[in-house]
Amino acid sequence: MKILKFLLQKEFIQVFRNKTMLRMIFMMPVLQLMLLPWAATFEQKNILLSVIDNDHSPVSEKLVEKVIASGYFKLADYSSSYNQAIKSIEKNQADLILEIPRNFESDFIRDQKAEVMLSVNAVNGQKAGLGASYMAQILASYNQEMKGQVITNSPITIQSYYKYNKEMNYRNFMVPGILVMLLSIIGGAMSALNIVKEKEDGTIEQINVSPVPEYIFIIAKVIPFWVIGMFILTAGICLAWLIYGLFPAGNLLVIYLFAFFYLLAFTGFGLIISNYSSTQQQAMFVVFFAMIIFFLLSGLYTPISSMPSWAQKVTLLNPVRYFIDVMRLVYMKGSTLRDIFPQLSVIVGFAIFLNLGAIVSYKKTN
Amino acid sequence: MKQFLSFIKKELYHITRDVRTMCMLLLMPVAQLMIFGFAITTEINNIPFVVLDKSQTIQSQQLIERFNGSKYFNLKRYFSEVSDIENSFRRGEAKLAIVIPAGFADDLYHSGNTDIQLIADASNPNEASTVTNYAQQIIFQYQQQQIANVDRVPYTLEGQVKMLYNPQLKSAYNFVPGIMGLVLMLICAMMTSISIVREKEQGTMEILLVSPLRPISIVLAKAVPYLLISIIDIISILVLSVYVLDVPIAGNLVLLLFLCTIFTLSTLSLGLLISSVTKTQQTAMMISGMGLMLPTLLLSGLIFPVENMPLPLRIVSNLLPVTWFITAVKDVMIKGLGLYSILKECLILIGMTAFLLLVSVRMFKNRL
Repeated sequence: MKILKFLLQKEFIQVFRNKTMLRMIFMMPVLQLMLLPWAATFEQKNILLSVIDNDHSPVSEKLVEKVIASGYFKLADYSSSYNQAIKSIEKNQADLILEIPRNFESDFIRDQKAEVMLSVNAVNGQKAGLGASYMAQILASYNQEMKGQVITNSPITIQSYYKYNKEMNYRNFMVPGILVMLLSIIGGAMSALNIVKEKEDGTIEQINVSPVPEYIFIIAKVIPFWVIGMFILTAGICLAWLIYGLFPAGNLLVIYLFAFFYLLAFTGFGLIISNYSSTQQQAMFVVFFAMIIFFLLSGLYTPISSMPSWAQKVTLLNPVRYFIDVMRLVYMKGSTLRDIFPQLSVIVGFAIFLNLGAIVSYKKTN
Repeated sequence: MKQFLSFIKKELYHITRDVRTMCMLLLMPVAQLMIFGFAITTEINNIPFVVLDKSQTIQSQQLIERFNGSKYFNLKRYFSEVSDIENSFRRGEAKLAIVIPAGFADDLYHSGNTDIQLIADASNPNEASTVTNYAQQIIFQYQQQQIANVDRVPYTLEGQVKMLYNPQLKSAYNFVPGIMGLVLMLICAMMTSISIVREKEQGTMEILLVSPLRPISIVLAKAVPYLLISIIDIISILVLSVYVLDVPIAGNLVLLLFLCTIFTLSTLSLGLLISSVTKTQQTAMMISGMGLMLPTLLLSGLIFPVENMPLPLRIVSNLLPVTWFITAVKDVMIKGLGLYSILKECLILIGMTAFLLLVSVRMFKNRL
């Protein structure tokens, strides 16, 4: 026990001696929490529209007006030919071309049937799909309007309720996830660099020849990062509250309890990497490689339920996935300890497994 | 020149000896491309939903079957109490609950008026609005089929849609250029930023500096091996995207490679700049990792559309070389445009490179 105390003292001194590092540790969450939530939105507004109106009739003009008034589209330019319009798409000055054929008015009024042509820049498939479906909606309602009478017989009334996020604010959804990202980077990256730095500096030899048991050594390494992580979590929760007015709907203690094990798991993971690496460069690289995969397959950006089933199975091995899930559940829906018990037991398993791994793999380098 | 070459050789030995890092550098792009290409979709499907069916009729069953049968929805469970819905939301089990009233079928046929409640978990607002849209469509279709008196609607205005460049709307078309940017950024900027500061930390830099080579050559020699590795990576990304992900290269290959080279140079100089202002590997990695990686992922338009970000973030996004690179790669690779259309991006990248190099050489000298 006494050894542990001395070792901890040494670790904390080392952490606090590195001023740049400390500053980064504290600046990072502030900056990221201030910036990232603003960037992280999939909402599509202002799709740039290039119009080719070959008809120049009141009916075609009214259609264009209606499209612009919908709020989804912004008029980029009127083109006189398809070739000219395609140029604006090539220059990224337009996303969608609406081409109205000659005789549009007479076709529409007399034959009650007309067509318009849409050409969509589909490099970004999601955006293209949205643009096309917005346009289809507008055309459908234009049809209805022209018909002048709403007689569609619809016996079923659909009432939609949006729970947990009535204002439909995307930030409320992203901020809890970004908090997890911060904790993982700090916990994982710092611990991954730690042991290998001692190796590179040669100081690890001294520990190796001293009578310190492996597990004490690892515990002494884990605790400082765990403390820092908890501190960052607290700072992050306060910042999210101050900047975005977001506070967990559920019990704060549930988050702390989960974070307790999550951080243990992640520092254990970092230390394993550190044990197996011979240079800091190598360690950092492995950590970032793993981290990118963890984040992409965590449900942070894209829903896990939409992934193919093999990928969904892979996400079961991803600790980040569980914490993001839990953060969102507790923050937005006020889920209780009992609700998140399955996720909690998985993360406790991860914590035990990874830290045992850290102890065992340290022995190997002895 | 001969000295310079032998120095490069030495650096190459250093890197190739470290098999693990080498593997990482060569495998990472492959793994990322595969994850983005196959696992990450911005489409929404297989939405887990629950049902509270108070009517228990053939009609309500048919409606639920319609939901379950579509690729968008996946039936999780039936409930009999309203409070169960709340609980299942709180466990994160379902994203949508459909409540069908008692007397659904009767009302539908006789009084011609019935209510269906859709309760969506709106913690993810985008998902929630898409989900309710899909659900409404399904209910609408069901209704049309049940009440077969839909007369032909006069006035039809139809939109003929042509999807340019990516007719199947595959997300890989959008991701491949982004991953190229991400990978090059990671390898060139991160690796060079560490490699120089490492020598400083270990004290070997002094030895290098007293060697007859000029400091700038030492730094450049360190960058060359990473340049080679990134060329291999670019080639493997292109091969995979064409043969595995079916994303063809529509434009000129030489132009594409030229673009990659300019971008690589800009990221290398960014790495050098980081390396000359930091003292320890840890700080260098933190700066290059957090300062470059996260903005690249989030602000370059790789995942989130830049146009909808607030102005300050759009400015930051424009200051990142990778944003310009991704736009230009899309123009050349996906749209098949020529040099003329990416001239602006090329000039900006070259300008950025020159500026970064100048600053980092300056900073580097100050430290001697």
